[in-house]
Order: sequence, then structure tokens, then C-alpha cells
Amino acid sequence: MNAVEYYKDQLEQRVLNDSGSGSGLISLRKKAILDFTRWGIPTMKNEEWKYTRITPLLDKLPELPKNGDKQIPFTVQDFQKRQLPGHELANELVFVNGLFNSDLSKLISKEIQVLPIDKMQENGMQEILENHFDHSSKYLQDGIHALNTAFLKDGIFIRVGEDLKVKKPIYIYHITDARASNILSQPRSLVLLEKNAGLQIVETFLALGQPQNLSTESFSNHVIEIVLEKDASLEYYKIQNDELTNGQVSSCHIRQLGKSLVHTVVISLEGGMIRNNLNVVMESERCEAHLYGLYFQHGKTHIDNHTIVDNRKPGCFSNELYKGVLAGESTGVFNGKIFVRQEAQKTNAYQSNKNILLSGKASVNSKPQLEIFADDVKCSHGCTVGQLDDEAFFYLESRGIPKTKARALLVGAFASDIIEHIRISPIREWVEKLLAKRLEIENR
Amino acid sequence: MLKIHDLQAGIEGRKILRGIDLEIKPGEVHAIMGPNGSGKSTLASVLAGKKDYEVISGTVSFLGKDLLELSPEARAGEGLFLAFQYPVEIPGLSTTIFMKTAVNEVRKYRGQEPLDAVAFLKMMREKMALMNIEQSLLSRSLNEGFSGGEKKRNEIFQMAMLEPRLAILDETDSGLDIDAIRIVSNGVNKIRNKNNSVLVVTHYQRLLDYIVPDFVHVLYNGRIVKSGTKELAFELEERGYDFIKNDQPLEQGA
Repeated sequence: MNAVEYYKDQLEQRVLNDSGSGSGLISLRKKAILDFTRWGIPTMKNEEWKYTRITPLLDKLPELPKNGDKQIPFTVQDFQKRQLPGHELANELVFVNGLFNSDLSKLISKEIQVLPIDKMQENGMQEILENHFDHSSKYLQDGIHALNTAFLKDGIFIRVGEDLKVKKPIYIYHITDARASNILSQPRSLVLLEKNAGLQIVETFLALGQPQNLSTESFSNHVIEIVLEKDASLEYYKIQNDELTNGQVSSCHIRQLGKSLVHTVVISLEGGMIRNNLNVVMESERCEAHLYGLYFQHGKTHIDNHTIVDNRKPGCFSNELYKGVLAGESTGVFNGKIFVRQEAQKTNAYQSNKNILLSGKASVNSKPQLEIFADDVKCSHGCTVGQLDDEAFFYLESRGIPKTKARALLVGAFASDIIEHIRISPIREWVEKLLAKRLEIENR
Repeated sequence: MLKIHDLQAGIEGRKILRGIDLEIKPGEVHAIMGPNGSGKSTLASVLAGKKDYEVISGTVSFLGKDLLELSPEARAGEGLFLAFQYPVEIPGLSTTIFMKTAVNEVRKYRGQEPLDAVAFLKMMREKMALMNIEQSLLSRSLNEGFSGGEKKRNEIFQMAMLEPRLAILDETDSGLDIDAIRIVSNGVNKIRNKNNSVLVVTHYQRLLDYIVPDFVHVLYNGRIVKSGTKELAFELEERGYDFIKNDQPLEQGA
């Protein structure tokens, strides 16, 4: 049985079982099942997936967690070992195998409201659901995205009301516990920042395999949608430092409905196969977005960052800087789209992707893609692929610094202007430590 | 300290040094002068171990060791220091972290314990005072956005930190105004002693007013064509390099 038939079969039964709760969602899910069946799992024939192969991972048919299956082995003790630095002063939302786990989660900021997505309708939020949920499917038209929507189970809605600035960040943990079996986890969340609201989000991914059996694999297919109203501000951080046995597609879809501010930093340090989608849709005048990314791959790992900045209204500003370091036989992809619609005059949109290859067997495909339909705009893009600068190398060596250390210092220097944009100090220091550790490993 | 015998070297198949002989003893200051393209910077780079340059023949011994067999970092560990003509800017690398790594790697090479944070800061403060370096310079990224003078001062500061036996100053005066030259030279003079030596590579005599050489050598067409005392520098300043060029037989096939 192939993956499409397998999941279609599983999903149809689930939708039937779930029918009755939130009828609006049922029809959405049924449509998603159709889309999934029609599009299948994206292959390299799909232009958007030209360099990233996920079919072999899904052909292993990782299991969807069963309904009401919360007796998975992941315990409080397991969680405590994996909490991120600064968690004492953070709100924590935990998904295990894609299902929201309220026992492990904690909310300390009163300004934040958290609700299961399938309870939105009965809580009078039908309109929010209809307006915002699954808007991402307009931009991510492929079977893997549809698969997440089709599955929708125990997703959450996070809301920050008007004028509320949340001081403490939300840490969202996505745990894929594949110790018992090969798992497909599909977390889903929707975030609404109302007028003049402010929020910091940190998302991280953790896969657990059987320590004695490294071949146990898992796949995570994650979607978060974030909506900003006028004057809202968002800091979104994604830190990927996952097991090599895990594959993941992780999509973050941001809509700016009013003049608002978005600041994102995506750090990918570890993980077998990662595909990130980051979309910023500017649906109002004078929106501002800053997108930063750092990926550092080694071994045979693969990282793919696809970003979209869609300027739909005049006077928006965006600045995007993604940097990559590729060692070993790792492969990287950067695809950055900037759309400037006809109406979006006076757009300022900048994009840059810089890559360093540390080995002759590593490779990267970088593709800036600008589609501009307005005439009074300032846009620039650039990408570089190179090695560490020989002159800089020699300068450091001539000061007595051995090659391996010189390399670590230079890579650290290259990465520093991404990491400095992480404004939550414990997280920034943690990432600095992870990077330093990685550089030592790289130097052996 | 340094013995160069019949050193021939080049880059990308082009021979630049055509047989250099030079001996520098402890405590001596030597100056190498010469017109543009004579091979001055090539000599400095070859001594520091820049891999772009290829040594064709000859020997260089430094404190009794075969210098040409050593990696650049080992040369630094042995006590060789090159002050760059064009110090490299490295955005994102803090000058302090760079310096601490360098000092401790060199100490490790010399079999000394690494300095802890307190001892390192103390040393840095002393050398900063010696070199007229402001704290703000050291909290910035290495050489990034430094003025020409700041870059050269930073080179001499690094030299003071690493305490070399032989310092090679490659056109340290280029691009500096007279005040900056004075500051940089004062720095060099403060760390001179009877055990360490300096090799000044320069186009102009003016630096030698401040760092007074014991010997002056004129490099032309990859060879030392004339050696003398500091008076030779004055003569060059007065008469230009043409009188040297005119004294030379035409290069075969050149």
C-alpha cells in the first residue's frame, strides 16, 4: 500500500468518527483529504520540492497517533529533561506526537487565551475560524500541507487580546515520541494577535527514538498560522536541534492584516531532513517584517528553507537575511520569493542568502525569486556560495591559532549577525552554546 | 636568530624572490627597502608562511629550526610575528575573543598554562596602555570599520600581546599620517629589547626616523642589491631608487 492510500484510508475513518464536533472543521478536513488524494505527497517533479525528497520517509508509513491516545510513554520526567533555558519564566505549550498535551503545558501570562481549535465554534469563535484557519493552504498547495489539515486533531488556538503585551514568551514544544513505533506527528496551531497586542513565540522540535535502535524513525508535519491585527507585534523564533532520525516539514504562515511588525529567526542546527516554509503575507499598508535564518548542516543531513514575502499593499518594508554553513555531505536549499503586487507601490523589500561550504562534498541550491508587478519599488536580492576567506584564515593562523580553531572562530563570526537577532537572552545564549558545541564536533 | 640563504620563491609560477641572503641577530633592527614590485611583501609573506607563495629553493632557519617546514601557526608559536600591510576585517569576531584565543594557543605551543580570564584582562590592560589603544576598539569586531591608523595600531597591539622574538612589519607606515606613524613606532620601540629583533619592510625612509635600524638592505628585482647602515636609507630618500636600478645589470630575458 502506498502512503497516499494508507493515510487516505486512515483519515476517512477518523473524520467519520469525529463528525458531530465542529461541523465547519469536518468539511474543511474532507476537502483536505480530497486535496491530499489528488496531489499526493510532493515529489521532486514539483518545482517547489525540486531538491527535497520526503516520499521515502513517508513511504515507511509512520503511524498517525490514535484517537485519544495519550498513554504514550512520554512522561513529566522526560519533559523536564528537555525544557528550554528560561522556561521558568515562560509559558509552555507542549504537543506530543502532534496532540496538544495540557498536563505538560503551563500558562503563566493571564493575557494569553488558549483553546482547542475544535472548541472554537462552541465558544463563539466561528468567525475567527472561518476567516483565519487554513489560510495557509492558499500558499502551500501541496499534499503534505493538506495532510496536516485533513488530520486536524487536538490543535490549539492562541489568542492575545487587544492592547495586551505579553511579557513572558510562549515556548511551544513539538515532541515526537517514536520510542514505541514509527510516528507521524502533525501539530497544528492558530495564533491571533489582536490590535496592539505583542507576543514572543519560540518553537522547538524534539524527536525521541529508541536509543538502542537508531533506525526508528519519525516524521513531523507541522503547521502554525499567525494573524496580526493593526499595531500588533510578533517575535517568532524556531529552533531546530532534533534527532537525525527525524524528518520534518514545518510551516509558519503569518498574515499582517494591519500595519504591524514581524520579526522571525529560524535556526536549524540538527535534524535528518528539514523543510521549512515561512510565509509573510502583508495585507495592509506599511507592514514591516524582518526574517533571519541560520542553518548549519553536517553529515548527510538536508535543510530546505522556502520563504515567501507577499507585498499586497503599498509602503511595506521587509528585510530577509538567511545564512548557511554546510559541512560533510550535507545539502541545503534556499528559495526566497518576494511578490510585489500591482497595488503595492513604495515597497522596500530586501533579501540576501549567504552560504559557506566547509567541504567539497557539501552543496547548496540558492534561488531568489522576485515577482514584481508595481513600478515604484525598491527591491534587492543576492546570494553567495563560497568558502571561508583564505585571507582571514591566514590572518588567524599567523597569530598562532590552529586551522581547526580558526575555522570555528570564522564560522562563529559568520553566524553571529543572525544569532544576535534572538532577543530572548536565555534562548540566544543556548543557541550560541549549541553552535559552539557543533563547531567543536566539526573540528574533530 | 633568522638566517635566510639563497631564498627563491614565487607565486602562480612567477618567480619573485631570486635568491635572498640575510641574517638577523638577536636585538637587531633590519630594514628592507625597495621600489614597488621588488619583492618586499613577498619576502614578508613567505616568512610568515602564506600558502599562496611557493618556495622554489633556499633555506630559512629561525632560532635553529627549519622555518619553511613549519605551519603558519607554529611559526607564530616559535615567536615569529607579521604585522600585516592590510589587516583583514572579520565582522562578527570580537577582537577580545580573537586575542584571547591567539594568546592562549601561542602559550600552549610554548608549553605554558593558558591565562584565565582575570590574568588575560590584566595583560590586555597593560598592553593597551602601552599602545594607546582604547577599550572601545577591542569590543568591536576585529578590524571592522577601523581606520587605517587603528588597524595598524591594532597590529602592534597584537604584537605586544604575543611577545614575538622576531617581528616583521610589512609596510606598517603605508597609509598613515605622521602622528599615526609616531604612535605605531613608539609602540614598537617600547617592546624592543636585546633578545628580540625587528624586520621593517618599507618603501619610505620616514618610518626609519622613528624605528632606527641597525642595517638597511635594498631589495630590487628579488635580490638584496645593497646593504648598509641607516645612512643608506637617507641616501635612498635623497636620490630615489633610480640610482640603484641604474647600477644593476639588465635582467636576462626580462
